[in-house]
Amino acid sequence: MALADRWLLPDGMKELLPPVAREVELVRRRVLDLFHGWGYELVMPPVAEHLESLLTGVGGDLGLRTFKVTDETSGHMLGIRADITPQVARIDAHRLRSDGVSRLCYCGSVLHTRAVNMLASRNPMQIGAELFGHEGVDSDAEVIALMLDTLVQVGVKGAINLDLGHVGVFTELVAEAGLSEAEIASYIDILERKALPELSQFVDQLDQSDSIKNKLAALGTLNGSEQALERARELFADNAAILAAVDHVAAIADRVKTAHPSIGIYIDLGELRGYSYHTGVVFAAYSPKFGQALAKGGRYDQIGADFGRARPATGFSADLKTLVTLALDEVPEPSLAILAPKMEDSSLVLAVAALRAQGERVVYELDNAAVPTHCDRRLVKENSEWTVTTL
Amino acid sequence: MKEQLTIALSKGRILEETLPLFAAAGIEPTEDIFKSRKLIFDTNHENIKLVVIRATDVPTYVEYGGADMGVAGKDVLMEHGGAGLYEPLDLEISTCQLRVAGMKDAEAVEGRMRVATKFVNVTREYFARQGRQVDIIKLYGAMELAPIMGLADRIVDIVDTGNTLRANGLEAMDHIADISSRLVVGQPSMKMKYDLIQPILDQLTQAVIDKRGK
Repeated sequence: MALADRWLLPDGMKELLPPVAREVELVRRRVLDLFHGWGYELVMPPVAEHLESLLTGVGGDLGLRTFKVTDETSGHMLGIRADITPQVARIDAHRLRSDGVSRLCYCGSVLHTRAVNMLASRNPMQIGAELFGHEGVDSDAEVIALMLDTLVQVGVKGAINLDLGHVGVFTELVAEAGLSEAEIASYIDILERKALPELSQFVDQLDQSDSIKNKLAALGTLNGSEQALERARELFADNAAILAAVDHVAAIADRVKTAHPSIGIYIDLGELRGYSYHTGVVFAAYSPKFGQALAKGGRYDQIGADFGRARPATGFSADLKTLVTLALDEVPEPSLAILAPKMEDSSLVLAVAALRAQGERVVYELDNAAVPTHCDRRLVKENSEWTVTTL
Repeated sequence: MKEQLTIALSKGRILEETLPLFAAAGIEPTEDIFKSRKLIFDTNHENIKLVVIRATDVPTYVEYGGADMGVAGKDVLMEHGGAGLYEPLDLEISTCQLRVAGMKDAEAVEGRMRVATKFVNVTREYFARQGRQVDIIKLYGAMELAPIMGLADRIVDIVDTGNTLRANGLEAMDHIADISSRLVVGQPSMKMKYDLIQPILDQLTQAVIDKRGK
């Protein structure tokens, strides 16, 4: 092993150093306090568990993204979590077993075999909140409001845009048209790229009525301002399930404007992110300072079914390290400290403890060591009183 | 300050056909791109900038927000993979075909064929769909040389007139895809700058339709 191989970290593995590490920790505490204030209970699931539990009810990408190891005590495959959401759903379905609403939150490291995108690390610190046991605008609007409050609490500066969609529009439309599995796969591929020339070719060759073709093609352009919702209402006037989804999105948009009037809202009814496990509204927050979503989430009512108990569920998550990096305009100065002489005097120990209790940093002097650079004051004994003077 | 917008253009032949379309849509660089060694150009709109980069880099810049939108060949997009990008408009320029080619009258290859190409992903997927596993040799240029020198049985490359193939004793075989240049938009940019991007999309769409009529 060359020397460089010993200190180089694997690609995409990031570590935090002073003073940023402390900044991330302070923000973590603030955000968890925020969740606490909203009534969300903290859970700490294990770093590794049975692979099947980790991959339950979620999209296929997560399986590829999960590190796997054999549990030598049982021979079972274990996964190192790549997403905490399924763990929290398992906790809700099986450990808590409440029939009422449970609000849960978490913060922990996850590991990815391959980064989600080129800008992401392979060891994000996932932070998020989930609301189980309620279906409707209230709970969706609550977790979106909490997500936006989280970004404010973290200190993300500049404009924040909220992307709002509803996978129900897609699933109901595909059901109405009765597309085959192969057709659905092509349709998804085209819609995800909003490849409008390919979309019209695809729709043209389908054996469908003009009305259905028209609707299938329109989903590629049902995005933009809230006018998109009006267009959707006209287009899907004869499909009650789609209209309900559109109304749901409209109601959420109204709640967001009430709670967070400065947030820009972008509607995209053709957004299919995570459509394989999302069952209702999907949302994400974007900032012009970052080329990917800052935080995202949605409703996933089916995930608990694989744990034996289907529960309505909605929630969001984000990478805390990314959020803090974006919020910091510059590297924070290390907080300054007081230098204390060697621990030889019981009155000194008391004086130091008193200063620390006030929130000061006090560093004891060491033999033959230089004064730490972040010390700007000194503790000295004057007239048998310990006092702080300039260094 | 007005919201800024950056458009990434593929340099080379595509650029010559791209600029007239953008001009028709009301976006023109303030200096002659072909006479400059700069990489970033101002336009007649103070909030719109053009960057001119290698075609294969356009999807990367747009996907990660280095540019908000861009112009890239369908061949480049197919090879890059579509994730993170919207492709709302076919600009109908720089049209050509992606094809398999080999020595003229070459016999069918039994077993695993060696294919030289710069489109590694597209090639693997194309032959996989045919039920064939092939060994792919990644090259960066002059594909036609590979079968002549015995490096590969076939090549997968862009074919326009076919003159280069013929001049080297090769012939075009299977048709993989029709290629033209596409307007691409980054997903986050679309979500954050919709009000700025949609009018440009509409004007470019009109410019493409007008050009078709000529």
